[in-house]
Amino acid sequence: MRPADVVRFAWVSLRGYPARTALMGLAMAIGVAAVVILTALGDGARRYVVKQFSSLGTNLLIVFPGRSETAGATPGMFIGQTPRDLTLDDALALTRSRAVRRVAPLSVGSAQVSFGGRSREAPVVGSTADWLAIRNMQIAQGSFLPPGDPRAASPVCVIGATVRDELFGSASAVGQFVRIGNRRFRVGGILVSQGQHLGFNTDEMVIVPVAAAQAMFNTNTLLRILIEARSREELEAAKRDVTAILQARHEGELDVTVVTQDAVLATFDRVLGALTLAVAGIAAISLAVAGILIMNVMLIAVSQRTREIGLLKAVGATPAQIRLLFFAEAVLLSCLGAMAGLAAGFAGNSLIVRVYPVLPAAAPAWAVAAALVTAVATGVLFSIMPARRAARLDPVAALSRR
Amino acid sequence: MIDLQRISRVFRVGDQQVHALREVSLQVQPGEYLSLMGPSGSGKSTLLNIIGLLDRPSSGLYRLDGADVTSLSDEEQARVRREKIGFVFQFFHLVARLTAGQNIELPMALAGVAPAQRHTRALELLSAYGLADRADHRPDQLSGGQRQRVAIARATAMRPAVLLADEPTGNLDRNSGKEVVQLLETLHERGVTLIVVTHDPELGGRAHRQLHMVDGAIAEERKGT
Repeated sequence: MRPADVVRFAWVSLRGYPARTALMGLAMAIGVAAVVILTALGDGARRYVVKQFSSLGTNLLIVFPGRSETAGATPGMFIGQTPRDLTLDDALALTRSRAVRRVAPLSVGSAQVSFGGRSREAPVVGSTADWLAIRNMQIAQGSFLPPGDPRAASPVCVIGATVRDELFGSASAVGQFVRIGNRRFRVGGILVSQGQHLGFNTDEMVIVPVAAAQAMFNTNTLLRILIEARSREELEAAKRDVTAILQARHEGELDVTVVTQDAVLATFDRVLGALTLAVAGIAAISLAVAGILIMNVMLIAVSQRTREIGLLKAVGATPAQIRLLFFAEAVLLSCLGAMAGLAAGFAGNSLIVRVYPVLPAAAPAWAVAAALVTAVATGVLFSIMPARRAARLDPVAALSRR
Repeated sequence: MIDLQRISRVFRVGDQQVHALREVSLQVQPGEYLSLMGPSGSGKSTLLNIIGLLDRPSSGLYRLDGADVTSLSDEEQARVRREKIGFVFQFFHLVARLTAGQNIELPMALAGVAPAQRHTRALELLSAYGLADRADHRPDQLSGGQRQRVAIARATAMRPAVLLADEPTGNLDRNSGKEVVQLLETLHERGVTLIVVTHDPELGGRAHRQLHMVDGAIAEERKGT
């Protein structure tokens, strides 16, 4: 029998029972659509997080003061240890490492920012000129903090887009003087609007030289030190150098935590990847259920079409051909269902993207392929038994039924 | 061409054994017109099914065109059936969702005949059997006589040497029955070996060789006119 004839016969059989075919196709379609949509969501979440991290810059090391460790606490002693603070000198010392390209100390506080009659409370970040490059930020207008000695508290600030809008409206901001806390700063530049990044909105920020921030908040400590390694390969070397330098400066005590951004990123990537796999697995169960439904219906079809099978045998169909015909019917049915499911899945996906534009929801290719393969495989697997039953039917008994 | 030697067929019903055929021997020459008659349960349909390779004998030897076909596998028997044997049934057994033309094409499709060739052959048969305008009708749009003629067209599509008819008129009114018999006899005149199973003495009496079966054995053989 020609392959085209097998497919045509199966197709005519499917069309002969439209309600049954539609319901079976629907079951298969729901399974495939579920795999596509759920993996699209899972993978979208993963890529969202990865993107957020990588927009912070690449080859980053982050130094926190303090170290998480369990200290033997004896009564009457300190519980744990008070870490030494990170200082600006610590940060500047790190530039000695050949693996380090840029260092940006960060000192963060909050202050009243005012211009003319308007004022607002804004997070104030003290840093250096290198921060711009490390964080992958861009200047919309004017220039960033002046390079030069980080210890100099030059009265220049850079403001985020929201701050500019609220303080200056449509008036020009660059070159104007604003009051931050009780000091006057000249607005040197305005950041390009970036929006939210891991809960950190640069649009609402005011950036001043680190020394100015420390003076403003009356402190000499740093919240973080961001370090950019020269290359990805030198990231580990940079981490070793940074640790060594800080340990030496802190009288041999390792009381800082140095993490690579990659390590954080990889953890998120793993967790969310596993989550995507898990939801894909759950959705795949619905495909197996659809497969069992198909088997059920094909078994019913075999007993409904007993006479037809008897007739096919009488006109010379071999058992292999009968098997092939029923097999083709089930596979065609699951393929059609899978196609419909793919269409529904992609439609659902684009709907998600429309409703939540920030989430880059897209089913990964492996999930789409896996859904299709699973759908067709269950169709094939669960049609083996009905097809065999049809082929084994006794033609005399089959034909004697009216 | 058909050579049955001591063919028996035993069915098991519960713990009882039913002997549908008891050591039946029969030779049929090419081009014969044979009828098998007898009461229900006499084994005539079983004999027909064994000749048509739909059923296997419990013992005995069946040679078709000189070759032993009892020992063939299911696949090989199906191929022999497809090429050498045509079946006509009391209840027509047309596939309801296929048109008359597609029903006729079915055995050719199973044999892998090219679509164009199949189509030509089906149309040729339809017009030869007076159904030229019924090619695209489904079985439920045809009368009983027309359905049986479509079934005969299907049985003869592969130009089989043997045509087996089990009560071909059993489900038809007199007129349609007569048409169907005429068609079968025309086919016989063109050289097809025709074996008809029937209750109807009038139909059975038309055959040149009439076998009466009782209790799974051939009780009497008569020559017709």
